[in-house]
Amino acid sequence: MGMTHSEKILAAASGRQEVSAGEFVVADIDLALLHDIFAAQVFDLLQEVGVDGVFDPDKTVVVIDHLVPAPSAAAAAVHQKIRSHVARLGINAFYDAGEGICHQLLPEQGHVRPGMLIVGTDSHTTTHGALGAGGTGIGTSDMVYALATGRLWFRVPETIRFELTGDLQPGVSWKDVILYLGGRFGSDAAQYRAMEFGGPAVRTADMSSRLTVANMAVEMGAKFGLFAADEVTDAYLTEHGGTGAAAFGPDPDAQYVAVHEISLSELPPQVALPNEVDRVGSIEDVEGLAINQAFIGSCTNGRIEDLQAAAEVLSGKHIAPGVRLLVVPASRQILQEALKTGVLATLVDAGASVLTPGCGPCFGGHGGLLGPGERCIGTHNRNFIGRMGSADAEIYLGSPATVAASALRGRLTDPRQLEADND
Amino acid sequence: MTNDVLTGRVWRFDHDISTDLLSPGAYAVDPVEVRKQHVLESVNPEFVSAVSPGDVLVVGRNFGCGSSRETAAENLKALGIACVVAESLARIFMRNAIALGLPVVVCPGVHDSFAEGDTIEIDLASGRIVNVDSGVQLQGDSLPREMREILAAGGILAVLKEQAGG
Repeated sequence: MGMTHSEKILAAASGRQEVSAGEFVVADIDLALLHDIFAAQVFDLLQEVGVDGVFDPDKTVVVIDHLVPAPSAAAAAVHQKIRSHVARLGINAFYDAGEGICHQLLPEQGHVRPGMLIVGTDSHTTTHGALGAGGTGIGTSDMVYALATGRLWFRVPETIRFELTGDLQPGVSWKDVILYLGGRFGSDAAQYRAMEFGGPAVRTADMSSRLTVANMAVEMGAKFGLFAADEVTDAYLTEHGGTGAAAFGPDPDAQYVAVHEISLSELPPQVALPNEVDRVGSIEDVEGLAINQAFIGSCTNGRIEDLQAAAEVLSGKHIAPGVRLLVVPASRQILQEALKTGVLATLVDAGASVLTPGCGPCFGGHGGLLGPGERCIGTHNRNFIGRMGSADAEIYLGSPATVAASALRGRLTDPRQLEADND
Repeated sequence: MTNDVLTGRVWRFDHDISTDLLSPGAYAVDPVEVRKQHVLESVNPEFVSAVSPGDVLVVGRNFGCGSSRETAAENLKALGIACVVAESLARIFMRNAIALGLPVVVCPGVHDSFAEGDTIEIDLASGRIVNVDSGVQLQGDSLPREMREILAAGGILAVLKEQAGG
């Protein structure tokens, strides 16, 4: 019987010819990712249980991205601790504060290959499914076990397949697609399951878009959010890491719990409404609501393509009075590219504040939090109550174009409306 | 697991309770004594001061959705929550609860079968749930053997210590 993408990954990782959904396997970890919220605690615990090293320092990546630059003395002390652990353990793949967000750095710096099994102390580790890797989030205790032994238990997930067809309209992006899927199927639709994204529309989606979609697969509960490795993957990996990749994906006769065929041709820009990621509507339904803050960044949408989309909307213009626009490139490399291409100048001229590459405002840690009664639209991935500060603030999620258009007008705005006005 | 049958007082919460509610990002790197003071404060500010060790959470769908932060489960354990009984659990939360030795049961129908303050009886081995006040009985999913073994050992780190020692 044919295997799904995730069955293939877990079969290879557990040294088996074949596995099928529902089985428990003990799998070898190809890459373990830790960031600064949990790394110090994980390394401390590792020492406490009497383990002197990690299973493979070359398969361990540590990134300081959540609390950058350190917003408090306590955060700075946590970072000091991480640096000393990293040196002690001989971990070479260490990205210090300012290099970028872990889920951007992993693909960008060539750590990800199709078919890998990647665990991270972060739910958005599903992002790496964009390159055909099985990335999934785990907690600190599971990470201690994984680092100590190089292995971890997994239940082989059932898979839901999405066959996507049609061309996106101008002003509509793959962020709108994943918001739409979340809204239509719900935040627990893929609970304990994997999602596969395929079909003709996917073949033309660039890597940046695929990363956005796989990133938010976890917002539907998914263990993995997978794209088959193809020419787009090969080209991306040739550029990032030096060696391309062969095709890798599900067998044609793989078994799915559901297959959904969806045309994207008529899809309007989407927004997630407070306070759930699966409370989704068309931008038309909420147009006109005044905003206080607009946020462009995060591991979902902080790439150069996202900054370019925002710059196209804001070029030669200025954001509305009373609106704060925060721009957070997802990595130093993106920041450099935005500098060189003039994208950053366009955004700053339009009134944007540019922050250090990192996670700050997205997870409500620091650097752009909201007060009571404030309303924000952002390109990030979660709009839960209190996510960005006050529990009485409202968070909307949208595409970079929608967020930029909303910053420009000072109220929730359909980016296609601006184009219509310019005609 | 020392006790297969638990009895406790019910705290009831709705669907999609996120890890941001269970462990707000602003206290991410604070010690558990601080973190546990903010559990669910955005939806029930009285909860932390009124909860007692041995109490049970009866919750809706997708409990623990959101981040991978294990502190969501750890904070509940620190408050003395004996078990979480849910319509469904978010995947990473479930993994973390097992890894920490916090019992969880998935039981469709449980959310509408309990009111706040009811007494619940939970048979962890079989997944059987009883509302002691109303007499309603429900059948939850029994946990897979692999997860029960980790719970029985007291969590994944206890398993690791056993393996390292053995």
